Amino acid sequence: MSTRLTVVSAGAFASVQDRGRVGFRRIGVPWSGALDPNLLAIANALAGNPAGHPAIECFDGGQQFQAEDGPVRVAVAGDARLEIKGTDGPRTAAAWRSHVLEPGETLRIGKMNTGRIAMLAVAGLSIPVAMNSASTYVRAGLGGWHGRALSTGDKLPVDAVGAVPARSLPEPLQYQDAPIRLVLGPQHDHFDATAREAFLGQAYTVSAAADRMGIRLDGAPIRHDPTRGHEIVSDAIVPGAIQVPGNGLPIVLLADAQTAGGYPKIATVITADLPRLAAKRPGEKVCFVTIDAADGELAARALAKTLAEAIASIRLIAGEGVDLDALYQSNLVGGVVDALSPEYITLHA
Amino acid sequence: MTVLPSPRILDLGDAAFTIEFGERIDPLLQSRVRALDLAIGEASLRGRLTGIVETVPTFRSLTVIYDPLVTTRRELTAGIAHILDEAGEAATAEPRHWRLPACYEGEAAPDLAEVAAWIEADTDTVVQLHAGTEYVVYMLGFLPGFPFMGDLPEALQLPRRAEPRVRVPAGSVAIATGLTAIYPWESPGGWHLLGRCPVQLFDPSRADPALLQPGDRVGFFPVGREDYETLSRDLAAGRIDPQRWCERGQARHAGVRR
Repeated sequence: MSTRLTVVSAGAFASVQDRGRVGFRRIGVPWSGALDPNLLAIANALAGNPAGHPAIECFDGGQQFQAEDGPVRVAVAGDARLEIKGTDGPRTAAAWRSHVLEPGETLRIGKMNTGRIAMLAVAGLSIPVAMNSASTYVRAGLGGWHGRALSTGDKLPVDAVGAVPARSLPEPLQYQDAPIRLVLGPQHDHFDATAREAFLGQAYTVSAAADRMGIRLDGAPIRHDPTRGHEIVSDAIVPGAIQVPGNGLPIVLLADAQTAGGYPKIATVITADLPRLAAKRPGEKVCFVTIDAADGELAARALAKTLAEAIASIRLIAGEGVDLDALYQSNLVGGVVDALSPEYITLHA
Repeated sequence: MTVLPSPRILDLGDAAFTIEFGERIDPLLQSRVRALDLAIGEASLRGRLTGIVETVPTFRSLTVIYDPLVTTRRELTAGIAHILDEAGEAATAEPRHWRLPACYEGEAAPDLAEVAAWIEADTDTVVQLHAGTEYVVYMLGFLPGFPFMGDLPEALQLPRRAEPRVRVPAGSVAIATGLTAIYPWESPGGWHLLGRCPVQLFDPSRADPALLQPGDRVGFFPVGREDYETLSRDLAAGRIDPQRWCERGQARHAGVRR
């Protein structure tokens, strides 16, 4: 019998995502992919997977997954409360580290302490690739589990993986609660100075219409320049683009949004700030601040550095029934062992 | 020699920018977009441009998406400025010409009578006008593989339906404003449905999942109800390759593919 991870409950929403289906926007296929690629990379590193391995993106908590026919190593990145229901009763479990679910044990992703997204990586999770990606794109039935989001009873195949020590991220990844940075354009000239000031000067509220397609914001409507109107001949959209339809309320487009659109886009959220915007819950406030594209590029590089440092800081947790052979093997895989403390062995990537 | 206006470069965040040739739907703009798309694709292949993730051609603009960890907007726009000078306005490859079957009868054509009444013509005239025109594929979007094609003969240029349909069947051949399209998927839609095309426009198992590419030319030939059913079955069973309806020209892959 091969090992499987059974979806006991898909919670609010759960779907398989990787780094996205890149290269097909020209034929109308959005990237999809993890809303927070940083959580994807960290969860995979903790589970012992390659960085871009498909993982399960869990929205708003409430998901439950059970190991069947074999042990399954899992790791959750995200500020979620976790519980493992073992054969001898429930035990609390921490995010930002790996756990082994023995056959019959269930991982429950409870309430999110902050944010909306918990990324569950599963060592050896085996999902077929469609057009170079396992990311779920329901509209075209691509990727994911049979082209759709996860639902109760799905049994996801897991390739057998060797026993290795648990891994832990010492400092959870935390995003600053600062205004969301954006670059004005491409169609900011459809709005006059007053409208742009109103856009940048107000605190918007995330509406209930916020999902993987995009986030509709509530606030004081902004007016299009009447000489330019509120429609354009369609041009391309990227995740982060903020379109303003006729009602004057902005929509921030995300990973699953269509690839082109006919509303003026007043601005585009920089890639570095998109994950923390996607994590905002309905009712939370959002403020924007402009930067130029070159500073946005610097922010992308700074975040990549932060992520690389976080992944390099992942440690093996000794003393949890770990056998030393596996520990040393893992060190060899990791490359360099520069310190052996009673508790931690640092892996340098 | 006509001097073409220089395109504008528009900001689209920190990992993309849009090269805008104009603000209208126009075959001339589309061919400039396509020429630049091809030229950027070739420059990327030859290593003259690095860090481009993909390019997205639309009616009137080309969006360049790049990896800010590998390159910068400044570097790329400088490189592309050179290419722009070379690319000119003409498409550098002979476009492909398609003649696709379409059934303009019965329940396959729910809006045909209404459109005919609107333009004060009989249904045959509408079919002749629609099928007898060769369209440019301006861009793909809205849905995977959805071709925005134009321009419609002036007589067929109607506004969208006042009440969009919740469900437009897959394969529907539709018109609205100056454009025509084929719905690759069942979806909501506000266009007028003149017929049904049995050819699958999007198939992820094909090397090129989208049948049509920007720049392709597409015409239709009317088929009756029974032929439509037979073609649908033969296509679904793989007994017919849709390439048989591609008459001339060669596929040439524009853009950047990883």
